[in-house]
Amino acid sequence: MSLAAPRSSADRPSILPPVRPNNAVPARDPAFAGRMFWLSLALVLLWPLCVATEFRLWVLWEPENRKVTANFLRSFWPLVHNAEFLQMVARETWRTVAMATAGVTLALVLAVPLSLLATRVLSLSALSGRMDRWPAVLRWCVRATLIVLRSIPELIWALVFVRVVGLGPTAGVLAIALTYGGMLGKVYAEILESGESHATQTLMRNGSGRLQAFFYALLPSHAAELASYTVYRWECAIRSSVVLGFVGAGGLGQQLDNSMKMFNGGEVATLLLVFIALVALADHVSAWLRKALA
Amino acid sequence: MSTPMPDKPLVAKVPRIFTQQAANPPWKLPPRLFNARCRACWFTVGLLLLVMASFVSLELDWAAFASMEAARGMGRFVAEFFPPDLSPVFVNKVAWGAWETLAMSALGTAIAAMLGLAMAVPASRMSSQDSAWLRSPTRWLLNALRAIPELVWAALLLISAGLGPMAGTLALALHTSGVLGRLFAEAMENVPTGPGDALRTQGVGPLRVFAYATLPQVLPQLMSYTLYRWENNIRAAAVLGVVGAGGLGQLLSFHMGLFQMNKTATILAVMLLMVACVDALSFGLRRWMNR
Repeated sequence: MSLAAPRSSADRPSILPPVRPNNAVPARDPAFAGRMFWLSLALVLLWPLCVATEFRLWVLWEPENRKVTANFLRSFWPLVHNAEFLQMVARETWRTVAMATAGVTLALVLAVPLSLLATRVLSLSALSGRMDRWPAVLRWCVRATLIVLRSIPELIWALVFVRVVGLGPTAGVLAIALTYGGMLGKVYAEILESGESHATQTLMRNGSGRLQAFFYALLPSHAAELASYTVYRWECAIRSSVVLGFVGAGGLGQQLDNSMKMFNGGEVATLLLVFIALVALADHVSAWLRKALA
Repeated sequence: MSTPMPDKPLVAKVPRIFTQQAANPPWKLPPRLFNARCRACWFTVGLLLLVMASFVSLELDWAAFASMEAARGMGRFVAEFFPPDLSPVFVNKVAWGAWETLAMSALGTAIAAMLGLAMAVPASRMSSQDSAWLRSPTRWLLNALRAIPELVWAALLLISAGLGPMAGTLALALHTSGVLGRLFAEAMENVPTGPGDALRTQGVGPLRVFAYATLPQVLPQLMSYTLYRWENNIRAAAVLGVVGAGGLGQLLSFHMGLFQMNKTATILAVMLLMVACVDALSFGLRRWMNR
């Protein structure tokens, strides 16, 4: 904003006199004072942040750190590509995808009923003006539950579940199921409330049940949007199931963590490349599916 | 109006509205079963297979979370959280951790915005004359930066930056610069070309065109993208410490590793409070700006 030349300064010379087409730039930057002010303000604000985060970039250039980094980076090549390792990578990649899929499936089991409970459009008492008190309280409670589920990061859930059910994919699946259940439920409810509610209300006014109204009016008009959001979240779940491996939930992330701890650069590089390819693939599949669903 | 009207004179007499073609010509047969319908059923079958294969191959430990024992274990686990440790010394420590998390996210986002801007310029085609030969390599770089999650970057950077918040800040900066760079590039390519072209036809160089035509137009959008990512990064920074990259997460994994559940409870509560505050603040701001 400060970089924009202020339009109000009247003494500003005309920018482009047509007689001098080549060096037709004002000699003095009209926004100089403002720019300097914002720049120095930013520097003043940045200082405490740098202190708090112990941000000392020169640490990276200290000789021993530089040596460690250089050794680690040099060990990236050649990539580890023996059959045994590749087999393991393939198995773990599948486990990552499977964890995401199973997690999202369980999340759907959680999210669909909760979002139906939370949707205001499906309230019978709201048809005649205000919603009754208890349905309103119930809807509010369901929504709060969804928000709480969603706002605890999946990594924290995974840390907790690793303690309770032990290391392995179970903890990861449960973590994804809870966090994504909250996210999906909240967004489903928002999507269902966003569109035209006319058809739904007409059905309910004429004596259909809430589920009938949902299946014959609300769902058909929002199905594409709901499906595409689900596919998008599945893509996100693949990314986060890799991260969950770092706390011991299996999959590519755990192998990556192990290889990093052993400073095995070749394995790290292979795993990273596989991971980037997996993310790109999921990205493409999800984009294609969303286009097909729309 | 269900049949087309072949002879001209008749059409002339009918008001125009009736002669217009129906949006979906009624004489057309429904699509072949194997074309359209079965795409949907193949899709369903594939989806079911994927879900079943996932559940079967993972060998999930259903007993571990569906049995009485697991429920009791969970209950014990939750009970250990109480009472949370609220001694002033520890609360101070947690408050410092929260400030560190906030600082990490802010500094990381600021660096990412600068890096992103620096990479968005070569990654976007500013004018039709611009050859933009760096466009696809830069986009590849941005995609790679974006594809690796913050946590993985943090784990990688720990090797060269050591334990502590600096690794986390750099990790946030690298991942976010990929995200922001791409968004910035899209924004710059979609900007109206008029002002830039006007300067360019007068012989103004590319740097000045960028500073006086492109940047002022996209700046509000860039700011809003950056703020949005900052909001995301606060949440991410809270958990980055789990691998040792500073902030609340590091405190959490440290005390959880020592089974000090009372302290863990305090940290979790502060973390949730922070996330909830950020959510509420951004919701309020968005509503206020959209009003």
